[in-house]
Amino acid sequence: MKNPVMTASGTFGFGLEFCDLINIDRLGGIIVKGTTLEAREGNDYPRMAETPSGMLNAVGLQNPGVEVVANDILPFITQKFKTNIIVNISGRTPEDYAQVAERLAAVDGLEAIEVNISCPNVKQGGMAFGTTVDGASSVVRAVRETWPRTLIVKLSPNVTDITEIARAAEAEGADAVSLINTLLGMAIDVERRRPMLSTITGGLSGPAIRPVALRMVWQTAKAVKIPVIGLGGISDADSALQFIMAGASAIQIGTSNFTDPHTCENVLDGISDFCQRQGVKKISEIVGII
Amino acid sequence: MQKFQKDMRIVANEPIGERYTLMSLTPNDGSRLPIINPGQFVNVECRESKSTFLRRPISVCDVDYEKNQLRLLIRKAGPGTESLCRLRDGQTVNIIYPLGSGFPEELLPERKVLLIGGGVGVAPLLYYGRRLGFRDIECRFVLGARSKDDLLLLEEFEKIAPVEVATEDGSTGTRGFVTDCPSLNDDKYDIWAVCGPMPMMKAVARIARSRDIECYVSLENKMACGLGACLCCVEKTVDGNQCTCTSGPVFNAATLLWD
Repeated sequence: MKNPVMTASGTFGFGLEFCDLINIDRLGGIIVKGTTLEAREGNDYPRMAETPSGMLNAVGLQNPGVEVVANDILPFITQKFKTNIIVNISGRTPEDYAQVAERLAAVDGLEAIEVNISCPNVKQGGMAFGTTVDGASSVVRAVRETWPRTLIVKLSPNVTDITEIARAAEAEGADAVSLINTLLGMAIDVERRRPMLSTITGGLSGPAIRPVALRMVWQTAKAVKIPVIGLGGISDADSALQFIMAGASAIQIGTSNFTDPHTCENVLDGISDFCQRQGVKKISEIVGII
Repeated sequence: MQKFQKDMRIVANEPIGERYTLMSLTPNDGSRLPIINPGQFVNVECRESKSTFLRRPISVCDVDYEKNQLRLLIRKAGPGTESLCRLRDGQTVNIIYPLGSGFPEELLPERKVLLIGGGVGVAPLLYYGRRLGFRDIECRFVLGARSKDDLLLLEEFEKIAPVEVATEDGSTGTRGFVTDCPSLNDDKYDIWAVCGPMPMMKAVARIARSRDIECYVSLENKMACGLGACLCCVEKTVDGNQCTCTSGPVFNAATLLWD
């Protein structure tokens, strides 16, 4: 990877949505929208509510399904962009996940997948797997059998102890963990006396969740030997560096892409300014120094 | 269509009554405005608003290529748009544009277009009517508001095409809603373009469908990115969930699963 700055799944489409606005080839990688075995329509509108320093979403894994992604989209974007393409995958059962991974294994130029065991917006699967050791283990074990290359497991913050889930993923052969997915949240429109989201609850993201995410990255980095990828409310170089110092070998930028599509480039520039100013030759020198 | 993220200089920010402002913008770097289709929108950063987080999608109300300016009609709907109303001439705002689809422009010369707007929804119709005028397409505006004082930019509309007005309190024009206006009750106009509150658009679309009139509506579903990435602003259509920001905001009403 050319640098540790990636985009988070579900916030950057397939990269094509942003390619007029930023130089995607500068990024360390882009993680494309959560992909499932079958096409999914997702949840009903409204799916989004703005909250202080963040937003709730309840998209519910709307996606065209792995065949379309593997046949029509990935061959195009892996050619077009000179950066790592990573596909985020999801499913209702461990076998679903394994089948999606198997189909993706046949795609040239796809070096990594991110296994989403943490989506709070689907009724079956998703976060249900990410909140127990057994659930997480079963998914990672199944995917490990069909996916030979880099396997990242994306963890849910909606747990009592995220480190035990991270350890379970590591024990089943994950090459890295990424955290955190969104925090389960809710908002109400008091004038209309109705929830703001069609699903009532949704996933909170943005700078609002940053301190929680940072704490969990710090705890997890102390608990596992595999690399930790940090995300959750990163909006600038300072916040990216906080995650790196807390133990993240790489970071993802999500919701801030919506407010400023240049966030990733600004973070890259800011990190390199910091390194120059502080005499840091390699990022690894400051990973996990806290 | 290529999208741009630009700092725009505020040339003028003129309040209209208590609740609206008309903001004129020009690219701060002196670059020429790109081609903007009527019905497209810009996503505006609200840097001065501490309590909001996302950009605000605002329809393009008008474009003056000679002056290299675009105009936005903004309603104070909350702290984000209020912060935009407070900005002064000379300050800059960051926008991403031009976004979304527009109203149909490639029309046969015999087509006649009725442009139906309610409240702040009149905004994109001004530019659409102007562009239809350039093409010598006959059109007429039907504008609705709560009362006379809420009718926005009436003089500007009157310069472009004939205007029919409906006010809920009857302070001017037809008393009632746009659906009570004469032009919605005859068959002279064979394309309707609608932008306004959801109940109004649905009522107009229902009439259009019953009379087999081609009807386009501009939706304002809540969105986060404006680029088709977040999948928050979806509308149910005959082709499944479609993003309002990229497949819309202008949809042929016949493709929407309304009612």
